[in-house]
Amino acid sequence: MNREGRGATTPITTGTPAPTTFTGNHALELEEGLLFEIGRTEVTGVDIEDAGDFTSRLGGHERKLSLDLPGLAEPEAMRHYVRLSRQNYGIDSGLFPLGSCTMKHNPRLNEKMARLPGFADVHPLQPASTVQGALGVIKELSRWLLSLTGMQAVAFTPKAGAHGELCGMMAIKAAHIANGQKRDIVLVPESAHGTNPATAALIGYQVKSIPARADGTVDVESVKAALSPQVAALMLTNPNTCGLFERDVVEIADAVHAAGAYFYADGANFNAILGKVKVGELGVDAMHINLHKTFSTPHGGGGPGAGPVVLSAALAPFAPVPAVVTDGESLRLVEEEGEAGADQALGRMSAFHGQMGMFVRALSWMLSHGADGMQQASEDAVLSANYIRACLKDVMSVPYGERPAMHEALFDDAWLEGTGLSTLDIAKALIDEGYHPMTVYFPLVVHGAMLIEPTESESKASLDLFIGALRDLAFAAKAGEKERFLGAPHYAPRRRLDETRAARAPVLRWTRPPLAEAAE
Amino acid sequence: MTIRYSKDHEYVRLEGDVATVGISHYAQEQLGDVVFVELPAVGKIVEQGGEAAVVESVKAASEVYAPVSGEVVEVNSELEATPATVNEDAEGKGWFLKLKLASQDEFNALMSEADYKAYLESL
Repeated sequence: MNREGRGATTPITTGTPAPTTFTGNHALELEEGLLFEIGRTEVTGVDIEDAGDFTSRLGGHERKLSLDLPGLAEPEAMRHYVRLSRQNYGIDSGLFPLGSCTMKHNPRLNEKMARLPGFADVHPLQPASTVQGALGVIKELSRWLLSLTGMQAVAFTPKAGAHGELCGMMAIKAAHIANGQKRDIVLVPESAHGTNPATAALIGYQVKSIPARADGTVDVESVKAALSPQVAALMLTNPNTCGLFERDVVEIADAVHAAGAYFYADGANFNAILGKVKVGELGVDAMHINLHKTFSTPHGGGGPGAGPVVLSAALAPFAPVPAVVTDGESLRLVEEEGEAGADQALGRMSAFHGQMGMFVRALSWMLSHGADGMQQASEDAVLSANYIRACLKDVMSVPYGERPAMHEALFDDAWLEGTGLSTLDIAKALIDEGYHPMTVYFPLVVHGAMLIEPTESESKASLDLFIGALRDLAFAAKAGEKERFLGAPHYAPRRRLDETRAARAPVLRWTRPPLAEAAE
Repeated sequence: MTIRYSKDHEYVRLEGDVATVGISHYAQEQLGDVVFVELPAVGKIVEQGGEAAVVESVKAASEVYAPVSGEVVEVNSELEATPATVNEDAEGKGWFLKLKLASQDEFNALMSEADYKAYLESL
């Protein structure tokens, strides 16, 4: 049972505020209906010629009823999406402090590279001889990932972090099977990302939780006590979700290996150690790398993830296909399990070669930063997080004492005691200040957690404004200005939503309001 | 009829050799509005400390660990339709499952109501 201490969500205000204008718009904030509400079935933005007389070859399987799809003229369609986009908040509109998500700026150079026809217009089934440049990107990206991690092999096809975890854990399972080992337990620390135990459970492992020490890090002794010939792997995030570097990681890795198990590292927080630590030297056997976090490819609705996995020498033979290999002067793909070089491959994680567009963007970021630039990016991200922590710790409360954070600043809700306000209220008030809220109530081991990850993208002025907003909120909370919080967000297009009702009685399907003319 | 509590905030109410398991009033308060409950199949053997059910609130999903070992003999399937019962009456109508108790010793070793109260104050 977790103890995060979120109170019941009793919405103070629900629904739309009463319109103060005829249209419901508020100047530049424009109301917008659903496509089905604003579209008309008799309208279309495309001229389609009448088919004239024709003989159907569908044998009576033609659709008899109208599709009932909304039609819009082009300017209407354009306005619809532009208006919706204005109600969105993204890294391009402002600081996005969502902890554990590494919402960093996506440089436009990456986009320019990804749009080069040689990358954008290729098809995965083209002969390898016609896509040597694209294969070269995969090869070069892999080389960088191996050099940054000190590992032996890359599985580049996983499509996101959790898919990468699955790939890494499948490699571990394949290795145990190849070694004739029957092991069924995976150890996961309390502070892990929720995807870790989910991944282990998905491929049939039992998950055993490892408690955290009072300082927020994993207890080596607990790991040692939990290790047995039944344990297949330990999954550890470093730095962990409390933003703390696991100092005993080498001792933990040694203990895991001595017990015949493998060490899976969750690479979600790689931005904190990029260019500073080679995880291979920490004893890691597999780690996924979120290109969409650390390497600046768009995410959070802005683009697909990409979660390549780096593998140690022990797991490298089990990497999935395809693999890009050098063949004389050219590159080719090893596509079949059992082929030379893939005789122990665990299979295939995806139909084709992974998120090609993201590979180009990530490599573009790597090459434009260089090894020294990436190191500085990591240092700046850590510095920014600690700056926020240092500037707020006198008004908010910091768990785990005086130890500096890594890439994210973690606060608990002890400072809200007696104010009648919760972490959620602070997050909602931050929306009124024009920020996306930080991660709240995660990690679960911290009461009323607020997890802030500024990344290296923010200038000092931007950080100072954000810190100013949070300090102001903290003072207001302590001064008893409850309405500012309980009614928040006051200025968003929608006021506070009823999350409980949304979860208990979700409306998942739009139904046309009963109209007389809709019956025809 | 006696009640015992685990450190993970589950309770066990023993009647004969049937143990009714749920989450404590304190636990539901901490979780916030419960929106989903996943229950085990009847007949499943659960071990003390193993996952017995899943409870999801507006904020997070948490495992409910079996405070004692035993075989699941009944589940409160009404919770699947009305998870709010867990908030309204955690230690009454909001029970999760009934186990055929495997070990009286495991039950005896859990906290009494008074001990649990003292434990909560220490948190």
